[in-house]
Amino acid sequence: MILNIKPETKKGWRLLSTPFIFSILLLAAPLTMMLLLSFWTQDYLILDRTFTLNNYIEAFTQPVYQLLFSRSLAISLTVTFFTVLLAYPMAYFISFHGGERKALWLFLITIPFWTSYLLRMFLWKVILGYNGVLNSFLLWLEMITEPLTFILYNANAVVIALTHGWAPFAILPIFVSLEKIDRSLLEASRDLGDGPFHQFFRVVLPLSAPGVVGAALIIFIPTVGDYITPKLVGGTDGLMIANMIQVQFSKANNAPLAAALSVSSLMIVAFISIVFVLVNRKHLRRY
Amino acid sequence: MTTLVEVQDISKSFGAVNAVDGVSLEIDQGQFFSLLGPSGCGKTTLLRLIAGFERPSSGHLLIDNKPMDGVEPNLRPTNMVFQNYAIFPHLNVEQNVAYGLRKKSISKIEKEEMINQVLELVGLSELNLRSANALSGGQKQRVALARALILKPKVLLLDEPLSALDKKLREQMQLELRHLQRAVGITFILVTHDQEEALTMSDKVAVMFDGKVEQVASPRELYERPTSQRVASFIGAMNFINGTVMEAKNEIGINSDILGPLTISRSQVFGDLTENKIIIGIRPERISIVSDGSSVTGSISGRITDASYFGETTYYKVACGKGSETLTVSAQNSFGQMDYQIGEEVKLNVDIKSLVGFSD
Ligand SMILES: Nc1ncnc2c1ncn2[C@@H]1O[C@H](COP(=O)(O)OP(=O)(O)O)[C@@H](O)[C@H]1O
Ligand SMILES: [Mg+2]
Repeated sequence: MILNIKPETKKGWRLLSTPFIFSILLLAAPLTMMLLLSFWTQDYLILDRTFTLNNYIEAFTQPVYQLLFSRSLAISLTVTFFTVLLAYPMAYFISFHGGERKALWLFLITIPFWTSYLLRMFLWKVILGYNGVLNSFLLWLEMITEPLTFILYNANAVVIALTHGWAPFAILPIFVSLEKIDRSLLEASRDLGDGPFHQFFRVVLPLSAPGVVGAALIIFIPTVGDYITPKLVGGTDGLMIANMIQVQFSKANNAPLAAALSVSSLMIVAFISIVFVLVNRKHLRRY
Repeated sequence: MTTLVEVQDISKSFGAVNAVDGVSLEIDQGQFFSLLGPSGCGKTTLLRLIAGFERPSSGHLLIDNKPMDGVEPNLRPTNMVFQNYAIFPHLNVEQNVAYGLRKKSISKIEKEEMINQVLELVGLSELNLRSANALSGGQKQRVALARALILKPKVLLLDEPLSALDKKLREQMQLELRHLQRAVGITFILVTHDQEEALTMSDKVAVMFDGKVEQVASPRELYERPTSQRVASFIGAMNFINGTVMEAKNEIGINSDILGPLTISRSQVFGDLTENKIIIGIRPERISIVSDGSSVTGSISGRITDASYFGETTYYKVACGKGSETLTVSAQNSFGQMDYQIGEEVKLNVDIKSLVGFSD
């Protein structure tokens, strides 16, 4: 029985084994350790290995963690919404009006990525700061009399910076789904009486839905756990759950609580993503 | 008959390519009209100009006496059956068929009834809720037809609607389309590169080459009296024989190596006879083989050099005259054996009435 394996199957296993071992080492193992850690207790320098749910109880009942979880979700969902909203027209433009230069346009979109994420976040400080580019410009235009302060060191700044940073990741899946739309369907819709408006909402949008759902997941999942953006431009009002996890791991020396917070945030994200996918199930069919 | 579609000297160029080059056509109300021509001759472009998907570089289009300059496709009284059918993949059969009814103010029940009626008309009853992805090529084609017909357009445009179907289904659909067109009375404009398809289905055919319309005629006229060598050889097969004009009055006297001296009427000749050269065209089936011995005067002697069997007919190549020239002759087959063997000496009779003469 066991020896009765087809050669192709063996070849398949051999090919798969390297990435498989890699993902066990780099993903499953740390996750398992994290999971175990979250059920233990830190007692100064000693790690108490008796099983307890106290970390989770603390994570879900303490107001500060509740606040950070809900703020992280709110920021991330807002970012997802605006990113997709901004990315869609860009992807649409490239796909439908990019002509011969689609590749060039896509290439241009990657240009901001040539500088490091950190540098780009610092630049947002320069732009949004009290004496920053935006404020100086608005003052010069005399549209405001004193510098705006609600644009830096709070959640707004985090939303702006994240939206900018993640837009290209949303453009690509939407672009691909728009590219896949058979252009004769657009003409068919015009032929059957639709103007540009109805054509968009009855044909283009439904057929690009898989790209939109994909883009939303690609943005939502990583931004919930973003750490550096709130740290740099978030101030105290813009801190997110990842910042707390970092504090617990380092300064507060409470790795088990940090692990519980991490696992909890993982679960919340997974839950929301699964619900999102299920709700959009009918849009995800491949045509 | 009233003219429904009037194409007035329309041209369309894409960069340096003149896809449609000064075409004028008049298409009558209720007609089954075909645009026939080789691939790349501009048929699709002309159809898309009528549908409004392309703007003419010059010229005008009138549908039902209304100028169509600048009128968007959604506001034209035309509907199109696309070459790849363009069925909306995210909608089922019923939703596809009802797609164009959005603006029509009709009750749900009426709508349902219209859908069922048109589905029955195209032979798709009971498939209302079938997903578009679960349809065969032939069924997609029917959905595309139903989707257009339900809107009762003045003109239905069809771009090679049958080319993706296999031969058997294609022939069946040719008949069905023809019946359907008679039943609904809507003007059909069909694009095809298949001459047989054009001949069997149409009331009138326009033959196009290189963006220009070369001849517009009924199928029979097109076949029997093609006005140029290109049309003649595109539609069916034809033998071309070089001849000399001996006399050009009401009757044209011609001499040629193969056929010898003969006289045809002026109406059989196309083009101006400025030189005394003429090319005589004759269809293979208008030449009959008579076995040696029972020949009549005026018959040609030849020797069979090749035979291709086509079931009901055989195409023979017959070397005639002084040797180098051959004629293709088609003859009905008898049952059981080959009628003529390769190498056999035969006599040929030519149906003089069916000859056509081209000036170049
Ligand atoms: N959108 C277009 N852009 C550039 N050239 C085109 C376009 N559409 C058609 N053509 C050119 O115009 C000519 C006629 O094309 P088409 O109307 O599709 O021919 P047909 O349908 O008879 O095969 C071809 O040479 C084709 O390459
Ligand atoms: Mg074509």
